[in-house]
Amino acid sequence: MTAASVDRFAADFARQAASLPGARVPWVARLRRDAMQRFAAQGLPTARDEDWKYTSVAAIAKRAFATEPAGATPQPAIDAYALTGSQAHRLVFVDGRYAPSLSQIGPLPAGVVLDSLARALDRAPEALEPVLGEARRHTIFAALNTAFMRDGVHLHVPRATALDAPIHALFLSTTSDVAMHPRNMLVLEEGAQATLIEHYVGIGETAAFTNAVTQVYAHADAALVHYKVQQETVKGLHIAGLHVSQARASRLESHSIALGGALARTDITTTFDAEGCAAELNGLFLVGGRQHVDHHTRIDHASPHGTSREYYKGVLDGASRGVFNGKVVVHPGAQKTDAQLANHNLLLSKAAEIDTKPELMIDADDVKCTHGATVGQIDDAQMFYLRARGIDEALARSLLTYAFAHDVIERLRVAPLRAALERILFARLPHGERIRALA
Amino acid sequence: MVPGNAMGDNSKPLLEVRDLAVRVDGKAILRGLDLTVNAGEVHAIMGPNGSGKSTFAQVLAGREAFTVERGDVRYDGRDLLSLAPEERAREGVFLAFQYPVEIPGVSNVYLLKAAVNSVRKHRGLPELDAMEFLALIRARMKLMEMSDELLYRAVNEGFSGGEKKRNEILQMALLEPRLAILDETDSGLDIDALQVVSRGINALRSPERALILVTHYQRLLDHVVPDFVHVLSQGRIVKSGGKELAQELEQRGYGWIEAHAADDGVPAPEAGRP
Repeated sequence: MTAASVDRFAADFARQAASLPGARVPWVARLRRDAMQRFAAQGLPTARDEDWKYTSVAAIAKRAFATEPAGATPQPAIDAYALTGSQAHRLVFVDGRYAPSLSQIGPLPAGVVLDSLARALDRAPEALEPVLGEARRHTIFAALNTAFMRDGVHLHVPRATALDAPIHALFLSTTSDVAMHPRNMLVLEEGAQATLIEHYVGIGETAAFTNAVTQVYAHADAALVHYKVQQETVKGLHIAGLHVSQARASRLESHSIALGGALARTDITTTFDAEGCAAELNGLFLVGGRQHVDHHTRIDHASPHGTSREYYKGVLDGASRGVFNGKVVVHPGAQKTDAQLANHNLLLSKAAEIDTKPELMIDADDVKCTHGATVGQIDDAQMFYLRARGIDEALARSLLTYAFAHDVIERLRVAPLRAALERILFARLPHGERIRALA
Repeated sequence: MVPGNAMGDNSKPLLEVRDLAVRVDGKAILRGLDLTVNAGEVHAIMGPNGSGKSTFAQVLAGREAFTVERGDVRYDGRDLLSLAPEERAREGVFLAFQYPVEIPGVSNVYLLKAAVNSVRKHRGLPELDAMEFLALIRARMKLMEMSDELLYRAVNEGFSGGEKKRNEILQMALLEPRLAILDETDSGLDIDALQVVSRGINALRSPERALILVTHYQRLLDHVVPDFVHVLSQGRIVKSGGKELAQELEQRGYGWIEAHAADDGVPAPEAGRP
């Protein structure tokens, strides 16, 4: 099955390579070819790969995907997903292609580049060549992405420049059996600041495959706030990686909210390449039915005086399955590392399942590291307390689930995004409207 | 807000417990408890640790982890044990918890609003809007000397022992129950907090309402003076009397009663029936 899927992707590549962005630029063409070779040699992961032990990608391997819709697709309505009330720069991608008519980029500070990556690839600025190659912690899906990458966000923020308005990158999938390979490339120079919201939305019952990669280079004292909101359809297949390199005293704040997908896997990695870096990783997955959602994170404390805080929560209903693997690696010499890692899960049904594994790998002696994971059901004592106050069982259960999940949502700093996710949470919970009325 | 069916038949007891036997984790805790409480009365149930006081309080509120082996509990003539905890609360039964539960992420004001409106809806009253609710709650909080800030904190999370108990009495004042069971409400309170809590309890005394004070010590009874005092020992009420019984217990200790009960082998005939 894996071999057949490799052959399919290789055949697609042979057909498509000449028409992909940057095809006439030698280094871009070479980058794609090399990536395709790596992918072909390794193939899709199987359960024998430690990192894919609990997550099968058979649903991807057994299907054939087109690289783009056969005909023109009607322009989707984006109102429901636009962050109204924010000053966000909006870049919309429909089935993998930039849609300028749906996008809106406001005034930018001097020197800031914010554009579609396809245009950048065609122009092929020299500055892109060293950074676009694959980063250290990429999975084999990143190689597949590099071979086929078509579009995404290209952001470059010069020294000591703050981009105050967030960037809202909306990736809409409207057509089944299409594979999209979005690629986002962010460079923040010394002391630069930016906020990116990566927002993946599947329309209706679309059964498509999204394979996204985001690379971030945060130079000294730079700060990035990154949100990933995944709202694929329950038939959607979603693989994504966020890979960050952090220079001295840079800061990363990442929030990953996973709501959709039949299969959804997110890899988030960051490496502290110099002293004094900080990373905060928050996450929430909220799934039901037969959904499978997997988060793999890795924080490499490769330098001293680094601080990391990781806090992930999962709510699983129906026969859904969750996987959380959080790794914190403290390298030799990374003294004064301060790391905390936690994953808490709430199982709402007997058939739901979670595999959680927080891991600390410590090779330095003067460090402060903690980790923990919990898996539980709705608390009986809390239920009794609420019911003893006249609150019916169903509402009490929803209220406790809301409280569990909201703990992560309230950490989101972009108000319209937070409000949008609260609305989703209310819509998902039984009696959500009654809980909303309490506010 | 008038308690549901407040003008009910006052000739009938509000609560009638007959031969109640309950097991907790397979162990017999209540072994044939009898108690009759009429509207307008305040009863104190005293007894040593492990005598079954808290189990009794929680069984009345509907704690499902406990197994009722036999016996009958009538509340306003209805079979109380057949009702779900939330139905009991809406019908006017209130338990002030010995250990109020912390609920991270649910703000106190959400709980209070959900509770008040659930009960109002059941009683055929319109739900309160945000303004009406705040007006109602602020008045009650003032009585309990609670700061506004406690409204917006998570339910009982990080509350001091005294704040938790005040919060229980605040909930009682908002829900206006017909039968309130206060489980060790005095434990962990300093003298000032005890006075505030007692004032809150006394404010609720009325001819339509009955209170059951479950307590280990006589301390609370100096502030909320009971009409009847019962001694619970090994799962049964072994002695009943007036408020002077509490003083006698304070002086002579529970050993005196337990020795007395052991002599008789059976509870005194007047036990549980004032």
